[in-house]
Amino acid sequence: MDFMLTEQQQMMKKLFAEFAEKEVKPLAAEIDEEERFPRETVEKMKACKMLGIPYSREYGGAGADYLCYILAVEELSKKCGTTGVVLSAHTSLGTWPIVQFGTPEQKEKYLPDLCTGKKLAAFGLTEPNAGTDAAGQQTTAVKDGDDYILNGTKIFITNAGEADVYIIFAMTDKTKGTHGISAFIVEKGMPGFTVGQHEKKLGIRGSATSELIFNNVRLSKDHLLGQEGKGFKIAMMTLDGGRIGIAAQALGIAQGAIDEVVPYVKSRKQFGRPISKFQNTQFQLADMQTKVDAARWLVYDAAMKKEKGLPYSVEAAKAKLFASEVAMEVTTKAIQLMGGYGYTRDYPVERMFRDAKITEIYEGTSEVQRMVISGAMLK
Amino acid sequence: MKIIVLVKQVPDSTEIRVDKVTGTLIRAGVPSIINPDDLAGVEAALQLKEKMDATVTIVSMGPPQAAEMLKELYARGVDECVLITDRKFGGADTCATSTTLAGALNKIGYDLIIAGRQAIDGDTAQVGPQTAERLGIPQVTYVDEIIDVTDTTVTVKKSLEDSEEIIEAKLPCVLTTLSGMNEPRYMNCNDIVDSFSKEVKIFTFDDLGIDEKLVGLAGSPTKVHATFTKDVSAETETFDMPAADAAKLIAKTLKEKQIITK
Amino acid sequence: MAKFEGYKDIYVFVEQKNGEIANVGYELISEARKLVASIPSLGFQVVGVLLGHNITDKANEVIAHGADKVIVVDDALLEGYSTQFYADALTQVILTYKPDSFLTGATVLGRDLAPRVAARLNAGLTADATKIEIDQTKVEDGEALLLVTRPTFGGNLFGTIICPNTRPQMATIRPNVFSMDAPDAGRSGEVITFTPEWTDTDPKVVVKKVIEKVVEGVDITKADILVGAGRGAEDCLDMVKAVAEELGGEMCASRAVVDDGFADKSIQVGQTGKTVRPSLYIACGISGACQHVAGMEKSDMIIAINRDPQAEIFSIANMGFVGDVKEILPLLKEEIIAAKKA
Repeated sequence: MDFMLTEQQQMMKKLFAEFAEKEVKPLAAEIDEEERFPRETVEKMKACKMLGIPYSREYGGAGADYLCYILAVEELSKKCGTTGVVLSAHTSLGTWPIVQFGTPEQKEKYLPDLCTGKKLAAFGLTEPNAGTDAAGQQTTAVKDGDDYILNGTKIFITNAGEADVYIIFAMTDKTKGTHGISAFIVEKGMPGFTVGQHEKKLGIRGSATSELIFNNVRLSKDHLLGQEGKGFKIAMMTLDGGRIGIAAQALGIAQGAIDEVVPYVKSRKQFGRPISKFQNTQFQLADMQTKVDAARWLVYDAAMKKEKGLPYSVEAAKAKLFASEVAMEVTTKAIQLMGGYGYTRDYPVERMFRDAKITEIYEGTSEVQRMVISGAMLK
Repeated sequence: MKIIVLVKQVPDSTEIRVDKVTGTLIRAGVPSIINPDDLAGVEAALQLKEKMDATVTIVSMGPPQAAEMLKELYARGVDECVLITDRKFGGADTCATSTTLAGALNKIGYDLIIAGRQAIDGDTAQVGPQTAERLGIPQVTYVDEIIDVTDTTVTVKKSLEDSEEIIEAKLPCVLTTLSGMNEPRYMNCNDIVDSFSKEVKIFTFDDLGIDEKLVGLAGSPTKVHATFTKDVSAETETFDMPAADAAKLIAKTLKEKQIITK
Repeated sequence: MAKFEGYKDIYVFVEQKNGEIANVGYELISEARKLVASIPSLGFQVVGVLLGHNITDKANEVIAHGADKVIVVDDALLEGYSTQFYADALTQVILTYKPDSFLTGATVLGRDLAPRVAARLNAGLTADATKIEIDQTKVEDGEALLLVTRPTFGGNLFGTIICPNTRPQMATIRPNVFSMDAPDAGRSGEVITFTPEWTDTDPKVVVKKVIEKVVEGVDITKADILVGAGRGAEDCLDMVKAVAEELGGEMCASRAVVDDGFADKSIQVGQTGKTVRPSLYIACGISGACQHVAGMEKSDMIIAINRDPQAEIFSIANMGFVGDVKEILPLLKEEIIAAKKA
């Protein structure tokens, strides 16, 4: 058992930390305030070959291990939760299903652009009436000769409008329940495919979150991803991996809040001495860092299991459950330690607190994670 | 075209603090970084490589640990890294260092040599020109921009105190670069992965074929006689008073010292 | 018998451009005068070395500034600065006249030329000296060993460097480190014309074009009063500037402010910026990192304003004020206006 990052992982981490400090941190407050997608950061990530980290060189990826990618999401999220999820949604949710389930032709067509970052990817499963109950898909793809006609609406889609390639789930056979769901690759600009209004959110406000509307979108059969009827399984497997990414985002946000609060308590003076001299501050910090480190090992463990081809669904659920709840707790405490200043937008912990909340909700709420974990225990 | 960049690993001097009690440097925990002027040189070389048929070879002299830094340069896309390392080279001043570097460069071959203007640990700015002298080739120091490179010449912009010069130099030559001249690229994930399958080539004293008397401490005409940290200035007074009183006291003092006159 | 037979005197490279001599040469001559005065038994002289074209008439100016002797190399190849020809000529001067030590300004030119010459001579060269003394314990033996102090590690550490086995002992010194004595037109001295032998007159490096830099603001190294802005003053730079103007001085900045993009590199003070020694330096919101201090500690008077009572700047300031620059500066501006009227 080895809890050390490899030399390669360390070098990657150094790159991501430097990139986050110099490129991501300076924009974080601005994109939050303006609810603006950080397109320029995506371009810079592209130059650093960060958009296909765990995928093979054959497809234009870096050919690094999965933990390297997780380290990227963590480091970016330390400075900006939005930027973290842009990468996570692209890599785990949008690109991975094609890597895993795509035909050789589909891989050749999409992966080089996605892995090099020339194009961005997104994933559309959630619908107004199909959230946690994802099986209740109302979007339909009806066979018309060799083609499918796609109709319906997806909501809360990360990277919506900014992405060029979308993995979309739809009912191809309503009589079969979850076995009637299929996955499709839909491209931006296809006739009948439009993007709705930007959602006004509590946090990750720079992330493009919108509705996707499909109105008689004609898809040739080479847009079907995997076999017909296997869509639900593809969605669930994709989310298993995605959860490690969100767990890393939560982990990054939590550590980022600690990184902000430590220098603050050392310089902030009350009653004639730095507040770091008060035991309450010291104990709070100790608890915060301990929990974040515990979360980190759960996240890294899930990532390494995935990398090694071991089952990781339950590990991913535990990592996301714990890391997201720790993120919420740590950012709340960080604001408390900073008092009134922490509550203002002059300091980033206020944004981190708002960004943390979504990690308990998307890609499976904490309740879903508890279902996954206990389900495995009680089976 | 074979482009060489001379690179030094240095302690990040902005992170160094002096122990107020003992008056010594606190070096523990100070990270080692690639010297900023040298990194600008690496970036300039990589930009040339993108424009023309060229290879970029990094040459560094230092302890064996410097190999790690060189891997980070592979991770930025350079073609080859050479580390000149030997106990015999220890304690070298710029005079001995340039002799050693020139010895290695004669083995490696070169068309254009780029060196950072100066290292942030020593700040001497001497190794570039002295290496050029040892190789008997021209130099242009304080280069702010490499404008053009042909098979036989290089055209650069040199930054002086109050002017800039457009200079053409015959190749081979040495250029020394300034850290503000470009924005050094980051490492990238693909090259990080590849860096682990690339070797840092090691040159030791025996590989260079130079006189032992000319390298290391023995070959260094300058010797460190003493080192010390700065004394804290004696005549200081610190006031903690309301802003209005502070402003009044400053103005009064300046008036007394006849700095404020009518 | 002296250890270094035939080597004597302290030589100073007198840098000129278009016939105009840079102050740093005179600063070094002034300092060299003090050095030779500290070793009267050796009978050393201060010798200026002037290279250029049509500059022979400037030799008297060099003498007026304190040189006992000036070696002039006046040659068409030396019209503008060229590493190649200046190094060739200077090396010949040194080999012919055998200076015991040789000082050069640490200017762009000096830092280009001196290392090249030192390497050719295998002489020891110490860069950016801040203090030069002569080891008095060696004077009895007829040796004038220079103890050259210079900052390293970004100004965190000082090293005293010696060249015990080689001559000349070479050093470069930044402008403004030493003060320049007033010239004395009545001084007399010897002017020697030296004619170099050129082995190669084909230039390897050619200056194609000279572009004068548009100096934004003024040259802070020449300012008598400087008000410096640090990161703590980034949101009130206009007030820093206003106070500087009210005092008839200039604004300068720390590296942090320049790095953050709030000030131009040309007004940066410190190890990686400029060295200044004004009569008054007001440090506003400057923490006092040694990189900055290295560039301004020689100011005659330092006043520091900083919110952090632990700030390093207070340890070198003559007067330190714990407080917010944003509050103090506007009030100070008014007080200065009032004091001028009073």
